[in-house]
Amino acid sequence: MKSLHISTTINGDPVEFICDPDEPLLDVLRNRLHLTGAKEGCGTGDCGACSVTLNGRLVCSCLVLGAEAQRAEITTIEGMAEGDQLHPLQRAFIDGAAFQCGVCTPGILVAAKALLEKNPSPTDEEVRYWLAGNLCRCTGYDKIIAAVQVAAAEMRSA
Amino acid sequence: MRYMTAQSASAAAMALAEEPGKSRVLAGGTDLLVQMKAGNLTVDLVVDIKHIPGIRDIVPEAGGFRIGAAVANAELREHAGVCQQWPGVIEAAGLIGSTQVQGRSTIAGNLCNGSPAADSVPALVAADAVVRVAGPDGTHDVPVLDIPAGPGKTTLNKAQIVTSILLPARPARSGDAYLRFIPRTEMDIAVASAAVNLTLDATGTVTAARVALGAVAPKVVLVEAAAKAIIGTKLEDAALSALAQACEAACNPIDDKRGTIAFRTSTAGVLARRAAKIAYDRAQGSANAGASK
Amino acid sequence: MALDQAKREFRQVGTRPNRPDGVDKVTGRAQYGADMTAPGMLTGAILRSPHAHARIVSIDTSAAEAIAGVRAVVTGVDFTPQEDNFLRDVQENCMARDKALYDGHAVAAVAATSPAIAKAALKAIKVVYEVLPHVTDVDAAVKPGAPIVQAGRALENVPAGMSENVTNACEFGHGDLDAGFAKADLVIERSFKTAATHQGYIEPHACLASFTADGKADLWCCTQGQFFVRTLCSAIIGMEASQLRVTPSEIGGGFGGKTTVFIEPVALALSKKSGRPVKIVMTRDEVFKATGPTVSSSMDVRIGMTKDGRITAGEANLRYSGGAFPCGTCDMGAQAAFAAYDVEAVRTYGWNALTNRPKEAAYRAPGAPQAIYAVESVVDELCQKLGLDPLAVRLKNAAHKGTLSSYGPTFNEIGLEATLEAAKAHPHYTAPLGPNQGRGLSCGFWFNFGGNTCVSLNINTDGTVGVTEGNPDIGGSRASISLMAAEELGIPYENIRTIVADTNSLGYNDVTDGSRVTFSVGLATIKAARDAIAKMKARAARFWGIDEEAVDWVDGAAVPAGPNAGKFPPLTLAEIAATSPQTGGPIAGHYEVNVDGAGVSFGVHLVDVEVDPETGATKVLRYTVFQDAGKAVHPDYVEGQMQGGAVQGIGWALNEEYIYGADGRLQNPGFLDYRIPVASDLPNIETVILEIPNPGHPYGVRGVGETPIVPPLAAIANAVSRAAGVRLTELPMSPPRILKALKG
Repeated sequence: MKSLHISTTINGDPVEFICDPDEPLLDVLRNRLHLTGAKEGCGTGDCGACSVTLNGRLVCSCLVLGAEAQRAEITTIEGMAEGDQLHPLQRAFIDGAAFQCGVCTPGILVAAKALLEKNPSPTDEEVRYWLAGNLCRCTGYDKIIAAVQVAAAEMRSA
Repeated sequence: MRYMTAQSASAAAMALAEEPGKSRVLAGGTDLLVQMKAGNLTVDLVVDIKHIPGIRDIVPEAGGFRIGAAVANAELREHAGVCQQWPGVIEAAGLIGSTQVQGRSTIAGNLCNGSPAADSVPALVAADAVVRVAGPDGTHDVPVLDIPAGPGKTTLNKAQIVTSILLPARPARSGDAYLRFIPRTEMDIAVASAAVNLTLDATGTVTAARVALGAVAPKVVLVEAAAKAIIGTKLEDAALSALAQACEAACNPIDDKRGTIAFRTSTAGVLARRAAKIAYDRAQGSANAGASK
Repeated sequence: MALDQAKREFRQVGTRPNRPDGVDKVTGRAQYGADMTAPGMLTGAILRSPHAHARIVSIDTSAAEAIAGVRAVVTGVDFTPQEDNFLRDVQENCMARDKALYDGHAVAAVAATSPAIAKAALKAIKVVYEVLPHVTDVDAAVKPGAPIVQAGRALENVPAGMSENVTNACEFGHGDLDAGFAKADLVIERSFKTAATHQGYIEPHACLASFTADGKADLWCCTQGQFFVRTLCSAIIGMEASQLRVTPSEIGGGFGGKTTVFIEPVALALSKKSGRPVKIVMTRDEVFKATGPTVSSSMDVRIGMTKDGRITAGEANLRYSGGAFPCGTCDMGAQAAFAAYDVEAVRTYGWNALTNRPKEAAYRAPGAPQAIYAVESVVDELCQKLGLDPLAVRLKNAAHKGTLSSYGPTFNEIGLEATLEAAKAHPHYTAPLGPNQGRGLSCGFWFNFGGNTCVSLNINTDGTVGVTEGNPDIGGSRASISLMAAEELGIPYENIRTIVADTNSLGYNDVTDGSRVTFSVGLATIKAARDAIAKMKARAARFWGIDEEAVDWVDGAAVPAGPNAGKFPPLTLAEIAATSPQTGGPIAGHYEVNVDGAGVSFGVHLVDVEVDPETGATKVLRYTVFQDAGKAVHPDYVEGQMQGGAVQGIGWALNEEYIYGADGRLQNPGFLDYRIPVASDLPNIETVILEIPNPGHPYGVRGVGETPIVPPLAAIANAVSRAAGVRLTELPMSPPRILKALKG
């Protein structure tokens, strides 16, 4: 299998990597670029823990080939805070105790940010359906939905 | 495995034709990568078609819309024209996977994956959509119903790729709807599904209808008897019962981890009845919308 | 250790500060099991049996070993057989020896320089199997003539003449059953089944092992108990505990499923053989096939009741299967079944049968949800048939202080009646219901646990404090431990940092299980703080030239105990700490204990559902959890436990199940068809925390983590049965099952 040389942009930074042609973007992020914030909960697109955005679209990085990142723009959880300034969602998740073990949290934050960019005033039901692909086994989702709404309100008033 | 990005449909078809091993087309990859991960599919060549010019576009054509094979469902759902004209197709496309999967999956891929439970396929069949297929010997158009061939199988040969799907123009007072049954509210494969597409006359009588079922047979089923059961009616209870019965009679499902034969059969009838009502209301709504212009 | 005082005013305990690991977890920086790396690290991968039951005739690894980049291959023969039954079972579950006992049982493992090479090596291993007849259903397994999973494993108290698959038996109860049933106006007997469910943590098991040529090893892994991992791995690998250091990573959920080992001994063996660090990360498919689901069950329950709602007698027969190895979870089910009731005559029998399924691992209140589901379903049906209010009947029969419990002990202060009263007073209980809707109610119970615990608490010279504890933080425990230290020391929460130690930095701590951490580690933290306070008071006494007994600790400072002690301005913790190098050296507090007095926990769940009569689909409309927390140290995380447990129970009740085919293979080893609840399935989960102080903890704390998964099964079954007008007796209540019941 011949490795591919890929040039891409991740969290605004130019990045070059080599990968196998069949290597998922998630493996590239975690194993080659040490961006381990995206997690592999299933590897089959069923849990959302590996959520990133690819050219502005929310995707599961386990269902994208590393090769497809060529000349693309990717954002990951590592790019969510600006310097030491947490994103309002990140603050709301800490303030609202919206995670217990925290392993699904990066994926949920990336997904919730994509939601609020598209819909700044979602209903609870819209939040729940948008996040249906992000499994959380600890919280029962209650505090996650509440934290997203807190962040949404703060972002609307900003 | 080799990975190539095709710059044209003919280049993709050529590469696929020339590959001696196993090859696959990559659009959204939401089925392909899962199959590769599961280890039950070893692929020698993957052809990424997303860089073919025009393949990610939605263009009006002959009163309908031509949807490029690599248009992600999330993009499709943002297209006001298609949403207005084919709400049933949109709701079917919108049910494929999570928000994340929507960002990548395509209706063409949903069709080519060959799953009998594919959500968009019954809606496309009910819509009588037309699939444009490119191969080494050129391009031709095929009714969507002729593509599926059984679980995991299509009538396409290894060098053929779908480049677009045409949703046709539709008469006034038309509506479509799609419903599926899943145990949860999201993230499941359809246990049974039904799509209904119908047209009314000025009195509210159904003049044309297409009813298609998913997940109840080795491939999507176009139930002509169900359509006949509602044509000439205003979806009175008797017509809806006849529709449901015709649908149940058309079922040939399996017992598996997702549902039983009895459950799939009865649920297909229930869903067809419910979808017909929604489609009917939409057809009346579109008539009203038309009248107010 | 007794409760300090029943009506204590807390300053920090009970508040909701941010957790100390919060920023790491929202920025992706927190390191979980699979995030660890080491220089020269190899990828480990495991070959698993495709058969439910098969004799391993031979394993040929030569072709795999010949592949460039393959550095080690191990099979069952690389592990020395254990004499102890428990250890042998753990070991053989990690790597089969003579027989593969379930679909997914490990039979060989490789370590290679890349994942692709490891995968190729697995394919190159040739295993010859002699396929044997299998059994996966508990009722089939107990029948004479069933395929025998393992012979000769029955404990002494199992009666002769049963299938050899029956390994465990137990009996609990008191009173005269015949007399009790004779007093009843109505006796209902029903049989129930529940499917095996998986803990479903989002983080697959992962570990990194580094074994060096001098016989020392380091192991990083996601676990609920690093010390227990050390015990198991050192025994399996054959090394002294002191030579193996286990460091727990952040843990991505466990719920009991990470209280044992699966891949850790394998990674150590591969590292030992290859001389390189080896990382193993399970796939989701492996997690479902080879790690602990809970028991599956088949149960018969008989209860008698008078017309006015008095329970006169109760009897339960619980047949559990914990998979291919003996399993004592039936004991806990048999003890928990009737715990909520004050009944004169009660008897429960528990049995475990071997099946060709993965070895059971603890899952949140192991054994209790099944048994209580069966009991609470029959109680509900009695209420329906006798026309009685189900809450009033629970109150009438509720266990209370002084009740001789169904499993032996007499209850001390417990919160069941208060919890039921809270449910009765809540607007949810009387809210109107629409067509096809039903309301269900269930009590739940868990014993709770204390156990071996030790804590070190270091006073830093700048006046801040480091707390070192030995239990992985699975849901905010570092926050609650810090809160209790802050409360006791009288300094701000922010001045305390609590960390989870590796196995060399602290004495033995039991696993994070039994809802024990906030209770036990909290207790040890309070005692360690008091130890440090005593030392700080001694420094102040010496500084002032007065007796140590004449010094009090108030608001984070040493003060003279009274006017007679002398008139000195307070010496704050920071001041004492700053001068500690000159007054005798560093100051630290310690506490080591095997904690008793965990204090049992009760909860009551109320749920409204709507059942679609045409499809059998159930929608959960409203859900309220009432639970006694003793004292809620950090109420956010207490609520979180109540909500999370309820939702796991909702999944168990409605959709989650291990589905086996006729070939004995698991049909749904993935999140697509093993259907845990998703956000859009659920309403908000309302919580009501009761605080009936536990007499066994200085602040009154009770464990809260496990009880919330107990009531949902019956609460939802009762709601669905009332909505559908037909009694459902099998879980999960999937739509096909409900529709079938509706159609009679």
